[in-house]
Amino acid sequence: MKDFNYHSAKDSKEASKLASSSSAFLAGGMTTIPSMKLGLATYKDLIDIKNIKKLSGIKVSGKSITIGAATKHVEVSNSKDVKKAIPSLSSLAEGIGDPQVRNRGTIGGSIANNDPSADYPSACIALNATIHTNERKIEAAKFFKGMFETALKKGELIEAIEFQIPEKSSYQKHPNPASRYAIVGVYVAKHKGDVNVAVTGAKSCVYNDKEMSKALSGNFSSSSIDGMDLDSSEMNSDMHASADFRASLVVTQAKKAVDAC
Amino acid sequence: MASLVGSRVERKEDKRFLTGKGRYTADINLANQTYAIFVRSPHARASIKKINIDKALKSSGVVSILTGKEIADDKIGGLIAGWAIRSEDGTEMKCPGNPPLAKDNVNFVGDPVAVVIAESLAEAKEAAEKVEVDYKVLKAVTSTADAMNGDTIHEGIDKNLCFDWLLGDRQKVKEAFDKADKVISIDIINNRLIPNAMEPRACVADYNAASEEITLYTTSQNPHLSRLIMSAFGNVAPEHKLRVVAPDVGGGFGSKINVYNEDIVCSWAAKKINRAIKWVAERSESFLTDIHGRDHVTHAELAVTKDGKFLGFKNETIANLGAYARVFGTVTPTYLFGPCATGVYEIPAAYTNVKAVYTNTAPVDAYRGAGRPEATYTIERLVEKASMELGIDKTELRIKNFPTAFPFKQTLVHTVDSGDYVAGMEKAKQMADYKGFEARRKESEAKGKLRGIGVTSYFEACGIAPSAAVMSLGCGVGLWESAEVRFNPTGQVTVYTGSHSHGQSHQTTFAQIAADELGVPIENIDIVHGDTDKGTFGMGTYGSRSLAVGGIAIVNACKKIVEKGKRVTAKMLEANPEDVEFKGEFIVSKSNKKKTIGEVAFACYLPGVRDEMKSPLPEGDEPGLKETSFYDPSNFSFPAGTHIAEVEIDPETGHVKLEKYTACDDFGRIINPMVVEGQVHGGLAQGIGQALYENAEYDETGQLMTGSYMDYTMPRADNFPEFNIGYTCTHATTNPLGVKGCGEAGAIAAPPTVMNAVIDALGGQEVTMPATAEKVWKACKNLKKSNAKAA
Repeated sequence: MKDFNYHSAKDSKEASKLASSSSAFLAGGMTTIPSMKLGLATYKDLIDIKNIKKLSGIKVSGKSITIGAATKHVEVSNSKDVKKAIPSLSSLAEGIGDPQVRNRGTIGGSIANNDPSADYPSACIALNATIHTNERKIEAAKFFKGMFETALKKGELIEAIEFQIPEKSSYQKHPNPASRYAIVGVYVAKHKGDVNVAVTGAKSCVYNDKEMSKALSGNFSSSSIDGMDLDSSEMNSDMHASADFRASLVVTQAKKAVDAC
Repeated sequence: MASLVGSRVERKEDKRFLTGKGRYTADINLANQTYAIFVRSPHARASIKKINIDKALKSSGVVSILTGKEIADDKIGGLIAGWAIRSEDGTEMKCPGNPPLAKDNVNFVGDPVAVVIAESLAEAKEAAEKVEVDYKVLKAVTSTADAMNGDTIHEGIDKNLCFDWLLGDRQKVKEAFDKADKVISIDIINNRLIPNAMEPRACVADYNAASEEITLYTTSQNPHLSRLIMSAFGNVAPEHKLRVVAPDVGGGFGSKINVYNEDIVCSWAAKKINRAIKWVAERSESFLTDIHGRDHVTHAELAVTKDGKFLGFKNETIANLGAYARVFGTVTPTYLFGPCATGVYEIPAAYTNVKAVYTNTAPVDAYRGAGRPEATYTIERLVEKASMELGIDKTELRIKNFPTAFPFKQTLVHTVDSGDYVAGMEKAKQMADYKGFEARRKESEAKGKLRGIGVTSYFEACGIAPSAAVMSLGCGVGLWESAEVRFNPTGQVTVYTGSHSHGQSHQTTFAQIAADELGVPIENIDIVHGDTDKGTFGMGTYGSRSLAVGGIAIVNACKKIVEKGKRVTAKMLEANPEDVEFKGEFIVSKSNKKKTIGEVAFACYLPGVRDEMKSPLPEGDEPGLKETSFYDPSNFSFPAGTHIAEVEIDPETGHVKLEKYTACDDFGRIINPMVVEGQVHGGLAQGIGQALYENAEYDETGQLMTGSYMDYTMPRADNFPEFNIGYTCTHATTNPLGVKGCGEAGAIAAPPTVMNAVIDALGGQEVTMPATAEKVWKACKNLKKSNAKAA
C-alpha cells in the first residue's frame, strides 16, 4: 500500500472540501482498503466520514425509511424499524458478506461503489429510493449508471438513502459459492400501482426487469413469470455462471421472491 | 492407573491455541532482521532475456537483490523429486532442473526469479516493483489431457512426459476382459485442488557467523527431512551446520512437506548478507506457489459377469505434475494411486497405467490422501455405475466382491493384514437408514426436488513407511520414524518424536500413549517435536503415518525404558530381574516389594549407595534413563470403511444440498476419539469440498483464474450437515497398538460418496467435480427432456 494522507472530516462540508481528483471517501473501507492493499487503487487523500454523526442512523416516516449513508449493514439488519417496515431490506443486509464485513461496511459505501453484484443497489431500484447527497436528491433509477459507475460527481457525498415502503417485498439471492456475492439477486417489491423487479449480478449494472415487472403488475403471482425466457445476450458470463444460467436464475429467484412476499 | 488410550482426553494444546499463545513462524522476529519479497513470473512460460535491478537497488532500504545467476554461481542446488519412477519400457523418469530462483526460464505463474531483501517489508515491496525482468513469452501448456501434444516445456523431455508407468499385467487383464459378460467404462476428471492451509507458508532464516550455523524457522511438516534435502541436494550447509525448526504450524495437508524455493533462498541469502531474513507468504502467493493436489484425467474399465462378479480392471490415467516434479510429486500418482485403484475388491486381474506430464502450472504434489482419493474415486465411480448398469443394489454389488478372509492379498501390491468390510458396510447402512431412502426420495419428489444416495467403500494404504518396501519402489529415503524418551531425575518425561504436529494433536495423543506405557501422569509428559536440534531424526508427518509409525517408535522406546527399569528395580530390591513385572509400577512377583518408575528414574541418575540412598546400578547398565527407538514397520496400515451420502437437488437452481453424511470407518484401535472425530470432520470437509466446491482453474495462457477466495470456493461450516460418524475396529496386526491411521480417510472417501449421490439423483447422468450449480442445473434440464421423451 502506498502512503496516503488520512483526514477525519467533522461534517459533509469539510469532507467535500477536502475531496480532490486523487482522494476517496472512506466509510467502512470494505472495498477501498483491499483495493489499495492490492495496488489496484492509490489515493493521495483518504477522507474518513465515519465520524460525521449526521450520516448515521435510521428514520421512519409514514411512507419511507431514510438510512444514513454511514450506517453499517449490521445496524440495518438489526433495526426493529426496518424489520417492521421493510423486512426484506433487513434480511438483505443480514446476507451481505460475513459478520466482519457487516460490522464495518456501510450502505452508502455499497451504493457509491456500485459493484455489479452488490446487494443494496437492487434494493434502491426496487424500493424507488431517493439518494440524498450533499448537493441534491437523485432518483435511484438515474443513479446507477454502469459497472462501478454512478451519477455522483467528484466530491459529491451520499448523505442518506430514502426507501419507499412497499406493500410487499422480498429479496432472493443465488450467491457465488466462493465470495457469496450475488451471482444473481432479485428484489421484488409490490407498490401501490406497480411492481419493481430489480436484478443485481446478472448484468454489468443493476436494472429493473421491465418484462417481469409488467407481468407481475398485471398479476402478482409467480405463475405469471414462470417459464419466462429472458434475453441473455447482455448478461454476465464468467467461470461461476454462464449468461444462460444467469438468465434462468433471474426468473427462478424472481419467482421465489414473489412466493416469499 | 486407568488406561488413557481410548479416552477423550482434552487437548493439551488447546489452551495455547485458544488463548492466542501459539508461536508460528510469522510470530518469530529476530534482532536486526531483514524482509524478503520474491519477484515472481507473471507468465506461465517464458525465457528470461534480462533482469535489470539497477533501479530497484537504488530504492530506499534495500539491502540486497539476488537472482538466479547468483544462486547458480554459488552452486546452490534445486528442488527435487524424492521418488524415482521407471517407465513401463524400463527408462528412468525425466525431471527438469528446478533452481530455487529461475535463471533462464520460468515455467509457471509465480515461479520466483529474484529476491529483494530490505530493511522493512514495505521497502522490500516497493523495490520489488522496480525490478525489471525482460521476458520472451512462450506458448504455455496448461491442459492435463493435451499436455503430450503441446510444445516441449523442458528441453529434452519429449511430449512433456516424465514417465509412462505401468503397474499390473496387461495380458492377464485382456484375458479377463475377453471372458466378461459386460464392460463398464468411465471417463473421469479428478479436479485440481489448492490445499489452503490456514497459515500461509513462511520462513525466517538466520546465520550465526561465529558458529557458522544457519537456523531456518519454517512452516514444515518434516523439519529433519527438509534439512536433509537442503543439505544433501541444496548444498545450503552441511547438516550439522543447519538447524531447521518448524514451530507451531497451522495446517499442512501435504502442502508443507516440500522444501520450497523460499526456504533455500532465504537460508542461503542470510549467510550471504550475514543478517536474518523473514519472509511470509501473502495469500495470493499461497494460491500460486503452494503445491496443488490431484489433477488427473482417467479412463477406467471394469469387466464384470452378469451376476456382478468383478473380473478385471483397467485404469489409464494422465496425471499432471505441474511445472516441476517435487518431493512426493512422482509417487503420488503411481505407488500411492495404482495399488489402491482396485479398491476393497477381489479383482483377479488389473493394471494401472499412468502418464505423468509437465504443464505450465504450479507443481502438483501430495495433498491430503495423495493418490488414494484419486484411486478411490476411480473405482467407486465405476462400481456405482456398474450397479446401475447391472441393476444390482449398490451395497449388494460391493459386498459380493469384498474379500472375506484376512490377510487379503490385494490385486496389485498390498497384503492387507486386517479388516471386516462386510461389517463396515452393514453398520454404515444401519447408521444411514439405507432402507428408508426410497421413502425419503419420494418426499423430496413431492417437493419438486431430486434426491440421490451414494455409497463408497474404501481401503487405503497409509502409515507410509516400510523402508524396505518404499525404497524398492523408488523412494529416496527409508521412511521409518524415531522417538526418544527421556526421564528427568525427578520423574517427568520428555518424549522427542520425529513426527510433526500441525493440527494432529500429537501433544495429547502421544502423551496418552506414553502415560499408559510408563505409568506416569499425562501432565508430567511433554511431547517435543519440530526442531532438528532436539530429537535424533524424523521423517515427518504425512500419509497418516504419525501414529502408526511415530507412535509405535514411542511405544518401543518406552518398552526399552521399562526393561531397564526392571533390571534397576531388581538390583535395588535384590530380586531376580525375571521376577519384576511392570504394571504402572515395578512389582517383584509374589512379594509386596515394588518401586515406582519415578523412584527408578531417580536411582538411574544417582547410581550408588550413600546413607539412606541405595541405588546401585546393575552391572552393564549405564547411568541415566533415556532410550531411543527407530521403528520401521513391517507393512503399511490399511484403514477402510463405508461412507453413505444423501443429497437433495433443486432442479431450478442446480443447488445441491448435502442432506446426510454417514462415515463408518475402521481405523483400528483409537487413541483419542475426540481427536479422531476432528480428523474425520476435517477430511470430510476437504473431500466434500472437492466434490461440490473446490476447483483450481487455469486459463489457456496459464493464469490462475481461481487465485483468491473470491473465486476459489472453500467450503464453510454451513455447507455441511451434521456428520454421522461411527466405527468398526479391527486392530492392525502389524503393530503393537493395533492402530491404522485416520487423517486422510475423509478426503479419500467423500468425493465418490457425494458424487455417487449427485449422479444417482440425476438419474445416472455424469457430472464432473465440483458439481457446481450450473453443471447440475444443465443435467437437470437434460433429465427433464429425456423424461419427457420417455413419457
